[in-house]
Amino acid sequence: MTTLGTTTAATRPAGPATAPPGDPGLPARVRARTRRRSGLVLTALVTGWLAAFLVRVLLGDFTITVPDALRIVTGTEIPGASFILMESKLPRALAGTCAGLALGASGATFQAMARNPLASPDVLGITMGSSAAAVFTLVVLGGSGPAVTVAALAGGAAVAAAILLLSGAAAGAAPYRMILTGVALAAMLTSVVHWVLLTADVYRAHEAMVWLTGSLTGVRWAEIGRMALVVAVALPLLAAVASRLRLVELGDDLAHGLGVPPRQVRAQAMGLVVVLTATATAVCGPIAFVAFLAGPIARRLLGGHTSIPAAAVVGAVIVVVADYLAAYALPGTNLPVGVVTGLAGAPFLLWLLVSTRPSRQEAA
Amino acid sequence: MTAVQTPSTRHAPPAVSGPAGGMGPDAGPAAPATGGTALVAQGVSLGYQGRPVVEGLDLAVPRGQVTAVVGPNGCGKSTVLRGLARLLRPTAGQVLLDGRDLHRMPTRQVAREVGLLPQSPVVPDGITVAELVSRGRHPHRGLLRQWTRDDDRVVAEALAVTGTEDLAGREVDQLSGGQRQRVWIAMVLAQRTGLLLLDEPTSFLDIAHQVEVLDLVRDLSTQQGTTVVMVLHDLAMAARYADHLVAVREGRIAAQGAPRAVVTAETVEQVFGVRCRVRWEEPDGDLTVVPVGRHRSTSARPGAAARPGAAATATTAGGAS
Repeated sequence: MTTLGTTTAATRPAGPATAPPGDPGLPARVRARTRRRSGLVLTALVTGWLAAFLVRVLLGDFTITVPDALRIVTGTEIPGASFILMESKLPRALAGTCAGLALGASGATFQAMARNPLASPDVLGITMGSSAAAVFTLVVLGGSGPAVTVAALAGGAAVAAAILLLSGAAAGAAPYRMILTGVALAAMLTSVVHWVLLTADVYRAHEAMVWLTGSLTGVRWAEIGRMALVVAVALPLLAAVASRLRLVELGDDLAHGLGVPPRQVRAQAMGLVVVLTATATAVCGPIAFVAFLAGPIARRLLGGHTSIPAAAVVGAVIVVVADYLAAYALPGTNLPVGVVTGLAGAPFLLWLLVSTRPSRQEAA
Repeated sequence: MTAVQTPSTRHAPPAVSGPAGGMGPDAGPAAPATGGTALVAQGVSLGYQGRPVVEGLDLAVPRGQVTAVVGPNGCGKSTVLRGLARLLRPTAGQVLLDGRDLHRMPTRQVAREVGLLPQSPVVPDGITVAELVSRGRHPHRGLLRQWTRDDDRVVAEALAVTGTEDLAGREVDQLSGGQRQRVWIAMVLAQRTGLLLLDEPTSFLDIAHQVEVLDLVRDLSTQQGTTVVMVLHDLAMAARYADHLVAVREGRIAAQGAPRAVVTAETVEQVFGVRCRVRWEEPDGDLTVVPVGRHRSTSARPGAAARPGAAATATTAGGAS
């Protein structure tokens, strides 16, 4: 309670005496400025992805010229080149793109939803849920292909549901409880994975280990098709949900006031994220750090704005570039892509942390 | 002497609000007919997880006027507002918006007619003032209804009315508390509702910014004919700026009506549990509430020069709010 005697608060800025009409061009100009930057960044990112994709497909230890590549894709058989392009380079680049898009978009969505950069599907254990279910199916049940995808979906969805139930997030936004619940579940699932691997026979365990590191080696065209289909459907849906998620960002009460039911929006976003993460994980394994880093990198490029499409493309660039390095950085070895993203991701995260000036809210 | 007194502002004590200034042709429900009630609560009970907080609330919000809900901490005044804003479903009774059951209306329709500013909205990182205010247009948009010049016009007006035009390109998290609160109000104004519900719009603001925000609220009422319901913890401020006061104590309405009728020594003691002297200054109708408490006035203590009747310099008085 402020108590005043005879103080007169006469020196405050003059308010509007009459309602001025306002300049309708003003909000348009401000919006145009932000939109210009978003447009530029997105164009640059897509160009960057295209460059990375072409390098991945055409260069490396076996160079394929553009005309040759075009002829191969349209059906001409070129000895040697055909096999390498169609069985290794192209599928890996495409799978990397799809997985990167899915993981990047998923991570950025969760981070926006929880208003916390820690809340990406890998930290929250959703990726781990998919992994554990997939490893169990691969090793114990001897399943493969679609069965692994279904198991990964079920595992991811189970963890997401458990997080919502256990953290009380279903009743309202509870980022911290969500993250802690997710960390606990992830730790538990890691033990499950270790146990499965220890009891499996050596050959199977090795196969599962490679997959668990996150690898694009040996992806099949059918898997790429499945992943591309899911990404093509789920990404636009996620972008549509994102426009309402932006209102949920203002707080649950305000979102209600603006006619947006926050729980419904969160549930939709969560469902789409689970589908995207699980699909990518089922095919390529849990590729480390992509979901975690794509959002913050996109935000940095956009000057602090959250953009799910931009984060998706950042994810695609990371995976394709990392896969190129994984394949050719050390001559004679073909590393899983997850090793590179893991190795490069951690220092990059630290750099992001150090070079980001804390916002007023964090500092407070 | 410790005094709780309203600062003098350029506003006369609230009189009958003027006819609607009109915020433009598409004001729709925002152009109200003066008189009557905009929002009515009938026997409303509200609670959280089975724990009742408000019981048997009967409340009529006069159209085109400023209503302030006052009461001690934890009395349920914010809960009352949450009930009126449809954030809480009543366990009994109903809330009527222009005669329609608020809880049976489509969500989007409510958002077009009732604007809500909660106590602590979250500022997203990196958002500019113009973008934040633009989000207020959401209830008027649809899958097929894209952003139009009309939306721009409404946003520009909201910026102009709240005096935040100069801030349009600035980032919200770099503004001062008072500026930020005006921006939030601009966002709710862009929603173009005839009814605004504000939960503690002046909390965490210093006195100058409190006055700035409340002056704006009065402007909206007298110039645009907007109906405002706000929760305030400051009794003197509420009495100065509201046409209609609702005093809440332990989840029930202790008194409601014109400030002069509500703020009496008896009601203040009953509602806040503090004995006090209440004085309405003539001729401008400023209110002074002096909490009596257990101690004598510090200025009347031995050693201090007794200055009967002298207004105190700024001190903090607990209790009366």
